[in-house]
Amino acid sequence: MAFLSAAAHADLYRVVRLIRRFEERAVELVRAGDIVGGIHPYTGQEAVAAGACAALRADDVITSTHRGHGHVLAKGADPKRVLAELAGRATGLNRGRGGSMHAADFRLGILGANAIVGANAPITAGAAWAAKRAGDGRVAVSFFGDGAVNQGVLLESLNLAALWRLPVLFVCENNGYATTLAVADAVAGTITGRGEAFGIPSATVDGMDPVAVLDAARTAVDRARSGGGPSLIECVTYRFDAHHTWEHRARVRYRPDDEVLKGRSRDPLDVQGSRLSDADRERVDAEVESVVDEAVAFALSSPHPDPEGALDDLYATGLRGRPGDGR
Amino acid sequence: MPWLSYRKALNRALGDELARDPAVFVLGEDVRVAVSNVTAGLLGRFGPERVVDTPLSEQAFTGFATGAALAGMRPVVEFQIPALLFLAFEQIVNQAHKFSLMTGGQTAVPVTYLVPGSGSRAGWAGQHSDHPYGLFAHAGVKTVVPATPEDAYGLVVSAIRDDDPVVVFAPAGALDVRADVDFATLAPVALGAGRVHRQGSDVTVVAIGHLVHDALAVADELAGEASVEVFDPRTVYPFDWDGLADSVRRTGRLVVVDDANRTCGVAAEVLATAAERFDLTAPPARVTRPDGAVVPFAPALDRAVQPDRDQLATAIRKVLQD
Repeated sequence: MAFLSAAAHADLYRVVRLIRRFEERAVELVRAGDIVGGIHPYTGQEAVAAGACAALRADDVITSTHRGHGHVLAKGADPKRVLAELAGRATGLNRGRGGSMHAADFRLGILGANAIVGANAPITAGAAWAAKRAGDGRVAVSFFGDGAVNQGVLLESLNLAALWRLPVLFVCENNGYATTLAVADAVAGTITGRGEAFGIPSATVDGMDPVAVLDAARTAVDRARSGGGPSLIECVTYRFDAHHTWEHRARVRYRPDDEVLKGRSRDPLDVQGSRLSDADRERVDAEVESVVDEAVAFALSSPHPDPEGALDDLYATGLRGRPGDGR
Repeated sequence: MPWLSYRKALNRALGDELARDPAVFVLGEDVRVAVSNVTAGLLGRFGPERVVDTPLSEQAFTGFATGAALAGMRPVVEFQIPALLFLAFEQIVNQAHKFSLMTGGQTAVPVTYLVPGSGSRAGWAGQHSDHPYGLFAHAGVKTVVPATPEDAYGLVVSAIRDDDPVVVFAPAGALDVRADVDFATLAPVALGAGRVHRQGSDVTVVAIGHLVHDALAVADELAGEASVEVFDPRTVYPFDWDGLADSVRRTGRLVVVDDANRTCGVAAEVLATAAERFDLTAPPARVTRPDGAVVPFAPALDRAVQPDRDQLATAIRKVLQD
């Protein structure tokens, strides 16, 4: 494992802690009715976003998933505006048009979370191709879950990326379940085998440890930037909370209690927190708490978008279709 | 003046835009050897970086175009077969089309999807003969169906320059149309602007794509008994409602001919809008493919499900009698 400075360890811990507290507060806001439609909590998987994004440059691009808050925050999005987006406010990253599953910040290379499993893979490949053609050294990261490895479009995209040696990192977060279906009941062969079939260097890493993810991501980023083409990293992780907050009420049962207990026993917060002094950890925790407090206050005090503008930006050209009542 | 074929017009539009804007590139299946003939000569002029052959991975290469567009490129994706759009519907309607709104206007997705040979080509049967422009109009994706070589040129150029996704349906039935054209007059045609091909005073026939030529022939045939105006919307979404309203204001009667299935088709939308907005002096009519049609193989069966000139002439006569 690479040597990291105390400051680098603290930075990784800060991101893990930020995502954790952000998600916990977001779940509270779902329960309070301030976030409508619920969220897919990223709790437990923070090490993946923190480690992978720590390997990136500011101008690198990422695409994300329905469980995307962690990636967006780790790539540097303003927690205030992310939370405002979840709450559907006009000050949100997407001005309240996207919500939890579509958070995007193009200025930071966040090309959007995507609610169709596997759909971001070809988009990432296309962005990587454009970067390669421009010769600007940028790389593109596609985050996806274990459910996506059974989508044809992901496999087609692995083929394209390998064929054209595109600077892409395919980061699979294997949290054990595609919604409620266990990996063992869904995936024939292996996840890294999907990559290897296309000649893509593929590795499995401890997805509960941000430093392990960072190490693997650095290797992959270096390969991509130097023209070596794509890589696939399978991060073995565990989702601490529900697939979606509707489970908090629906009480579907698909994970045995002892499995959940065991899964939660290894917490990325502690894995990375143990690398900081107690004083540093407390300092970061306090900083994060104030950032998240500020985000909640900002989101809840922000204006709701004006219904008159519901379809603003439907077309980049400003085209207006006919209204629904025929006026 | 020189003759310009519809295919050559598509080819010329692609070549002109590739030459004008380095962000434009063409991708698709067999585009380098130009199996559809639309990309002929482009590989030699612009090289393999800008004329990109893809594996048979419609979903991936359509999504790939979205990603390239998000990164500042202007991809043109060619689909050899109209039904391939069903495979890529997710990537066009659910991804490319929705990015602008979902991101709150942070990005544009300037992709052009070009379908040379949409609709029936005799003998290509059930999975190669659809003409699914109505699906994209319903979804709100900008959709054009040029009828003539000049409009094919002008609408492809406009589609490529447009900041939104645009699907260009080049009907198989129009690909062999040729026109005597002064090349110097070839110019962009604005999206959303219809065109009156023939003026008339008794009835407006809205004809889409290759059916414009059938409508003009029928108008000639009926010249002794009726004065038929032929209105070509050129763009089916956004539709030129004001242009059609002007035409119907003069004629008071309306017939639509639309080579697509009847339920929820563009013809249905035109008639619904006419019922809401226009002062018609007789009930309107439409000639379409039958409900839920799947194009059968045998040539006589294939023709049996497509709107034909006799059906159109009958519909016009009926509307004129009412």
